[in-house]
Amino acid sequence: MIKSEQAGLYIHVPFCLSKCAYCSFYSIAAPNLIPEFIKALLREMAFWKSSCLPLKGFDTIYLGGGTPSLLSGGQIHDLLNAVHSAFAIAPQAEITMEVNPGDVSPEYLRNLRTWGVNRLNIGVQSFDDGILKFLGRRHSAREAVCVSDAARAAGFDNIGLDLIYGVSGQDVRLWIQTLERALSFVPEHLSCYQLSLEAQTPLFGRYRSEGLSLPAESEALDFFFATSHRLAEAGYRHYEVSNFARGNSFRSRHNMKYWRHIPYLGLGPSAHSFCAGRRWWNTADVAAYIQNLSEGKTPVWQSEELSAEQLALEALFLGLRTQDGIDLEQYQALHGVDLLTAKKQTLGQLVENGLVEIRDGRLSPTLSGLAVADSLALI
Amino acid sequence: MENIRNFSIIAHIDHGKSTLADRLIQYTGVCNERNFQDQLLDNMDIERERGITIKSNAISLPYRAQNGQTYTLNLIDTPGHVDFSYEVSRSLASCEGVLLLIDAAQGVQAQTLANLYLAMEHNLEIIPIINKIDLPSADIDRVLEEIDSELGLDPDTHIKASAKEGTGIEEILEAIVERIPPPKGSGDNPLAALIFDAKYDAYRGTIIHCRVFEGCVKAGDIIRFMYNNATYKVEEVGHFLLQRAKREKLSAGEVGYIIAGVKTVSDVRTGDTITHQDRPCPGPLPGFKEVKPVVFASIYPIASDDYQDLADSLEKYKLNDASFIYEKDSSAALGQGFRCGFLGLLHLDIVQERLEREYDLSIILSVPSVRYRFTLKDGRVLYVDNPTHYPDPAEIDKGEEPYIRASMMLPERYLGSVMKLCMEKRGVNSNMNYTGPGRVELSYEMPLAEVIFDFYDRFKSVTQGYGSFDYDIIDYRESNLVLMDILVNGEKVDALSQIVHRERARARALNACDRLKDEIPRQMYKIAIQGAIGSEIIARSTISAFRKDVTAKCYGGDITRKRKLLEKQKEGKKRMKMIGSVSIPQSAFLAVLKSDND
Repeated sequence: MIKSEQAGLYIHVPFCLSKCAYCSFYSIAAPNLIPEFIKALLREMAFWKSSCLPLKGFDTIYLGGGTPSLLSGGQIHDLLNAVHSAFAIAPQAEITMEVNPGDVSPEYLRNLRTWGVNRLNIGVQSFDDGILKFLGRRHSAREAVCVSDAARAAGFDNIGLDLIYGVSGQDVRLWIQTLERALSFVPEHLSCYQLSLEAQTPLFGRYRSEGLSLPAESEALDFFFATSHRLAEAGYRHYEVSNFARGNSFRSRHNMKYWRHIPYLGLGPSAHSFCAGRRWWNTADVAAYIQNLSEGKTPVWQSEELSAEQLALEALFLGLRTQDGIDLEQYQALHGVDLLTAKKQTLGQLVENGLVEIRDGRLSPTLSGLAVADSLALI
Repeated sequence: MENIRNFSIIAHIDHGKSTLADRLIQYTGVCNERNFQDQLLDNMDIERERGITIKSNAISLPYRAQNGQTYTLNLIDTPGHVDFSYEVSRSLASCEGVLLLIDAAQGVQAQTLANLYLAMEHNLEIIPIINKIDLPSADIDRVLEEIDSELGLDPDTHIKASAKEGTGIEEILEAIVERIPPPKGSGDNPLAALIFDAKYDAYRGTIIHCRVFEGCVKAGDIIRFMYNNATYKVEEVGHFLLQRAKREKLSAGEVGYIIAGVKTVSDVRTGDTITHQDRPCPGPLPGFKEVKPVVFASIYPIASDDYQDLADSLEKYKLNDASFIYEKDSSAALGQGFRCGFLGLLHLDIVQERLEREYDLSIILSVPSVRYRFTLKDGRVLYVDNPTHYPDPAEIDKGEEPYIRASMMLPERYLGSVMKLCMEKRGVNSNMNYTGPGRVELSYEMPLAEVIFDFYDRFKSVTQGYGSFDYDIIDYRESNLVLMDILVNGEKVDALSQIVHRERARARALNACDRLKDEIPRQMYKIAIQGAIGSEIIARSTISAFRKDVTAKCYGGDITRKRKLLEKQKEGKKRMKMIGSVSIPQSAFLAVLKSDND
């Protein structure tokens, strides 16, 4: 428990060769800026190292994006070395990197492994070329297969695949086919996201102009249940709304920090950090990020001080996204609310309707409850 | 006194009363272009928006007539809705004549008639004015015919006008001078002044609006209200221009105001007579009556923290509305609140809207009720206007409810549907009379409770706006009454309980269940809505649960945005009332009052 209370370090690599149609994360297609960006990242590490921020030791590192696999092996190496010299990284730290099928060679993967990356998250999204094209992915289903195999061959024993379901034209049966292909690699971890349309993404515009629609509530629920049931059968634990692990030890230790309100430091443009009731985030503009740091200025763009009420609400909606749910005693100690007493009638109704369980001092959502986790947080 | 004329404008709603008043004010130059705004006498936003006058108002217009003499024309504006007919009658009692305004396209309507009868009761000189002659649909010949046949007035006495375009205004002013008699009375007699309205002023207390019939009143006088013998020392008297204009005295025949340190308007009764303490008049002026509320409903704050705010706001509101009454009330479902009495549904609407708008309160209103009369087996008689106080059914010997006589005017082609509506509303003893070719005057005796439910909206809809409606309360009649409750997920919501006629209970309950089903948002579990009489369920509906709402991704960069979204939803939920484990929006409480046929 003490170990998991250590903070997480996130590094955002905001570059993509092309933008996927559904993606609203910040990235730009200007790989020429990468060397300057890496310099700025090193400066940011130095900035935080010399700050009075109490985050100096981490037991998870997550390289996300964007497309971190656009960085060369040497650049990743430099970056990880810099992290280790700037901060105290726990010996058993989980070091995850997101990779994009099609970008990475077997050699690249072997190097990552050598430099300490011990968990790969592969952005497969689908094993159906039609759907990959629809989503605007650069890779093919075949490339997704290749990279998955190559990752194993490179010695990775903790691999996660990202998949998307609920794409226009895809019914539950087609989706389960993709899921079966994914299972054939026996990944340690799976993230299965229902497609959502973020405003200002090309896909959002396309759905609107072509009159497409996301699955209706009952179909979305079919997807959700079918995924959960199939993966349970295959031995995966549905530990968060969209995340599945082949056993507790393969849960994403880094991502769990977000859901458990454990501090994290985010480096790079648009990265968010959270510590001691404060959340702050860096400028999302790569050029401004580079310039600020080169001038010795802070990369932080905005921050918020969370009120006790806001912290309590966050703890509730984040905790209820996970199968573990909320430790009631801890919640009361941290937020001063005895949920069992304060929400007695509503909780009774929710238990009766099979949406939550109260057991061993925890309030946790059932599978049906996970499907309405946002509303559960409004009790 | 020879140069004073006191008059009022009476009209059916929307026939152009406020616009005509504006033109008269502009023509006589009381108001320059700079501070002119439409519907000058309608001071409240609600009055302007709804196009109806709620409070009486008065203004003195200086007018130099063609005969070379200067006159003071006192225009007393009257409320334009059946809820306020007593106020109208007091305003008319302060006049010697009226302008009877008739829309050139719509012709004579129910309130035209009702107002005419009122004017005749007060022996007022009546000047018929055909307004809106500029409308393409104006049919002046038909209106002239109606003035003759339906109003029994000499059509030759009419004036054609378009208040909107300003035509006929001088002719109207001349007619006021020539045809309306000057007031009678003597400034030497003991003081007798009729109160026709009162308004609250934060600095001066109550501003009494009155018409002096006999004697005169000035600052320093000790006056007495004949209704309760309360005495006050006069601080100021004056006339109404656009603002109050202080005068040395008010004499017989004049219309104006008195400020006398009266704290609230509730200390003043519209229709009461003011006289001098040491030289009283022989008796009060005729026609005084205490207005009693006929519709009752409870008001609750949505957030129970707002109770004190609501209490303060009601107290402030009451300062300016003597006909509104309230007392503490509490509901098992909705907590602490107030039971309030209103003159009618419009009055209720207005109070609700002003509380929300001017005092920024979010409130829930219980289902309005009339005042029922129950005779118990032990002979006791109970008046019940709150379903919460419904007596034990085993002890009731007889239930009675108030009846009204509804007077309607409508084109003959709607007769069938209106009669059907009236029968549905338990109307009896109908009377019908052709007032002109294709036009019918129809009257029914109906339970007031049916009228307050949704009659007026439906009447308007079945007559496509061509029908007009007015009513008087007549008496109490025996009725087979039951208490109908609404249960949400098994929990009784007492604010939705209604006392209804047994035969209407099922339909009313079904309607309520359906309305609530539409208004209560789906929640994480199924919600049953039931209508019941005692333990017998007579209607039900079900709101299905929503089953998926969670967003797929929530990582470090998503949390703030997600929280803000949830905070917003939580804020929205605060505007709902938790009944058991179900959040019920404010709109659901209002929706129960509406019928399917809207």
